[in-house]
Amino acid sequence: MSIFQSLVKKEVLHLVRDFRTVTVVLVMPVVLLLLFGFAISTEVNNVRVVAVTDRHTDETRLIADRFRANPYFTFGGTVSYREAESLLRKGKADAAVVFRTEAGRLKLQIVTDASNTTMAQTSAAYIEGVANSSANAADKSAAAVVADTLYNPQLKSAYNFVPGIMGMIFILICAMMTSVSIVSEKESGTMNLLLVSPVRPRTIILGKLVPYFLLSCVILTLMLTLSYTVLEIPFSASVVHVVWVSILYVALALALGLLISAVASTQVSALLVSGVMFMLPVVLMSGMIFPVENMPLPLQWLSCIIPARWYISAMRVLMVQQLPVTYVLTEVAVLSGMTLAVLALAIKKFNAQKR
Amino acid sequence: MNAIEIRNVTKRYGKLVALDRVTFSVEEGTVFGLIGPDGAGKTTLHQILTTLLAPDEGTAAVAGLDVARDFRKLRTQIGYMPERFSLYPDLTVSENLHFFASLFGVDVKDNFDLIAPIFSQLSRFPDRMAGALSGGMKQKLALSCALIHRPKVLFLDEPTTGVDAVSRSEFWDMLPALKERGITILVSTSYMDEAERCERIALINKGKILDADTPERLVEGLGGNLYSASCGDMYPLLEALRRYPGVNDCYTFGAALHLVADEGFNPDEAARKLEQSGLAEVRIRPAKGNIEDLFIKLAKNDG
Amino acid sequence: MDKEIAISVKELTKKFGDFTAVDRINLQVKKGEIFGFLGANGAGKTTAMRMLCGLSYPTSGSGTVAGYDIFRQAEEIKRHIGYMSQKFSLYEQLTVWENLNLFATIYGMPAKKIKEKAGEAFRTLGMEDMRNVLVREIPLGWKQKLAFTAATLHSPDIVFLDEPTGGVDPATRRRFWEMIYRASSEGMTVFVTTHYLDEAEYCSRVSIMADGRIKALDSPAALKRLYRAATMDEVFRTVAKGATRE
Repeated sequence: MSIFQSLVKKEVLHLVRDFRTVTVVLVMPVVLLLLFGFAISTEVNNVRVVAVTDRHTDETRLIADRFRANPYFTFGGTVSYREAESLLRKGKADAAVVFRTEAGRLKLQIVTDASNTTMAQTSAAYIEGVANSSANAADKSAAAVVADTLYNPQLKSAYNFVPGIMGMIFILICAMMTSVSIVSEKESGTMNLLLVSPVRPRTIILGKLVPYFLLSCVILTLMLTLSYTVLEIPFSASVVHVVWVSILYVALALALGLLISAVASTQVSALLVSGVMFMLPVVLMSGMIFPVENMPLPLQWLSCIIPARWYISAMRVLMVQQLPVTYVLTEVAVLSGMTLAVLALAIKKFNAQKR
Repeated sequence: MNAIEIRNVTKRYGKLVALDRVTFSVEEGTVFGLIGPDGAGKTTLHQILTTLLAPDEGTAAVAGLDVARDFRKLRTQIGYMPERFSLYPDLTVSENLHFFASLFGVDVKDNFDLIAPIFSQLSRFPDRMAGALSGGMKQKLALSCALIHRPKVLFLDEPTTGVDAVSRSEFWDMLPALKERGITILVSTSYMDEAERCERIALINKGKILDADTPERLVEGLGGNLYSASCGDMYPLLEALRRYPGVNDCYTFGAALHLVADEGFNPDEAARKLEQSGLAEVRIRPAKGNIEDLFIKLAKNDG
Repeated sequence: MDKEIAISVKELTKKFGDFTAVDRINLQVKKGEIFGFLGANGAGKTTAMRMLCGLSYPTSGSGTVAGYDIFRQAEEIKRHIGYMSQKFSLYEQLTVWENLNLFATIYGMPAKKIKEKAGEAFRTLGMEDMRNVLVREIPLGWKQKLAFTAATLHSPDIVFLDEPTGGVDPATRRRFWEMIYRASSEGMTVFVTTHYLDEAEYCSRVSIMADGRIKALDSPAALKRLYRAATMDEVFRTVAKGATRE
């Protein structure tokens, strides 16, 4: 058995023996995917809406009927303005539609409970849509708003989350696990034993990276299978590009892990650095939960240095829009550049440590 | 030929001088002790000799190979056992051994004869996790792993720290057999009494070598002005002797006190005078010192 | 309670599953005594010491430490003892004074008394100019003395020292023992473990543990007579050699 093989074997043994960690690492992506895909959704269901009107007309009645028929709404009937206010305050209604007739034309006002902003924004948009289409049907002269949702016609939140979760998981597994495993060898002193043996430092590094790379590939397969089957993301030829861009991202995350391990001297600091410096920004600023476009400009610029931002945006194009890879050349270029830069820095740091 | 040759090695960490122009050599096939307290620079010196650190100044050669220039070749020639237990606790006894053998590209079978006496007790449970072994067993496994590639020079950094007297003695008992096989051993310790287990020693304190020679010759250099004193109540005696004219130093030494005196010191007269001052049964007689006395003396002169 | 007894345990036992770490030990430590608690690695010293410090409950047996019951009054025990170990003793990122102040405050000393006692300690140690130096920057020997001061500033009845002199140079080791002598002459009981057997000679009485039991207990002189040995080192070897577990 070659030196490299025995290094890899040793690493695999560590992983297999640390059964709990491996279970967490394999189960967590699945749970996250299913959780975000099904249970936690930003889709708006059962918006409880009431109507307030000063005068019943055919038009208002038509709109009310539409709300009643629409599966997304639970229509609470027509109430007085004061009642609507109290229902909203008590949380018994999510939104109220106020009809007012001014100069013979029907005016609409939408009042929503904005204590949950996502809910409020989405339901306001829905209500507007329903009201407009009714108005459209009743009065051909009214300006029609035609909204058409491309790529994700059912507005499934899973489509939004799958790339984000993948962006997060790979940072977690590659950067965090690699750095902690290298640093733990520094802490226990075994790194010194490896370094005084004839094994070249680059072999030691490679022996660390390869097992985690393989583990990441397993997880990638697992996540893609789940996405295309259970979460019903439409399968297309672009999956090839999804795979290789993901592998590029995994390489970047591994390089980051290596860089962290060269800087950190204890497992705790490795965890903190990878957790605080990489995980949190990935969650907050990569566009996984909050769209990057809605952030203030300085934060948008800052988000550019976060690898996951580019990966997630590429994944959206490739997985959800299923466009060819030529549409994500910028992202791929940025990710490649980052990988090379981080790897060069990590190797430089790793060598500098010795002397 | 010398297995280890150290010339004016200096190593600094910022302002701290960890090693200050360290110079000594170790003859091939000897057990050489590097003796000094924690923080004296023993580990730093070990790390330089095992190519983990580069000296700031000076040169060092092990097995005829320069530690800075020929480090790649040197690494195949040396075995290293760091101070702390540094094996993989989640790998079994046999996995650890085979792993370290493979790092050096050797087969466990080919070199088993060398480690057989050390490994014998361990071979009863090859599948036990290294982390579940007792302290003494861990040490035997670590030594086996450091020897599995048949190194020419073996570096043992404080192998007996935190180990009880019986296990310490057992550890030292393993070394002569290795020396018989022609392996040079550099072993560091903070236990002064272990000096007598070495053929030659170097005393190190605050990064400086105080002296280096055979333990016997070093102790001879102590001179004859060392006395042992005892009495019924030791602590008052210690204080009285420290104030006594002609006494340079006085310190506890096992059940007695040792005192270092000037040339003209008269022990009988001193005992009589101290008894007159109220101490009972004062006995002062010339004593044969040991390495500990020497270390106290040299460290004091060094400041 | 006998005012002259600092520690008294009867048939003290601690089991971890099938493994009996401490097996029916009996011992009495007198007030002001320096008691050497020796034993081979894995003999059960640490487990026994943890029980005496109120850090773990015995499986069976009974005992008092500083007059408090080890089963029912563990919190009281902790208030009346001091503890110093080689492994953890001081906060490296705090200054000498901050460390002393912290430990004294934990033990509920009033601020005025801390100032007074710490000032006194700095004078006896000759560390007055080191007051505001970070602990990580002072030499090991000083650290150990400081740790001892921190463990005894609140004038505990008993101070437990777990291998306090490991790795220290011979001169510093001796100065450390002089501190122990001083504390003991002021009436403090000292309970100490060590691997240096010459230090065992300095103790008033010594016990030697092997395989969870106390195999020998007496003054160093009596033990040497009993085992016809010249030094405590020989005594220890004879007693510990029979040990079967490590």
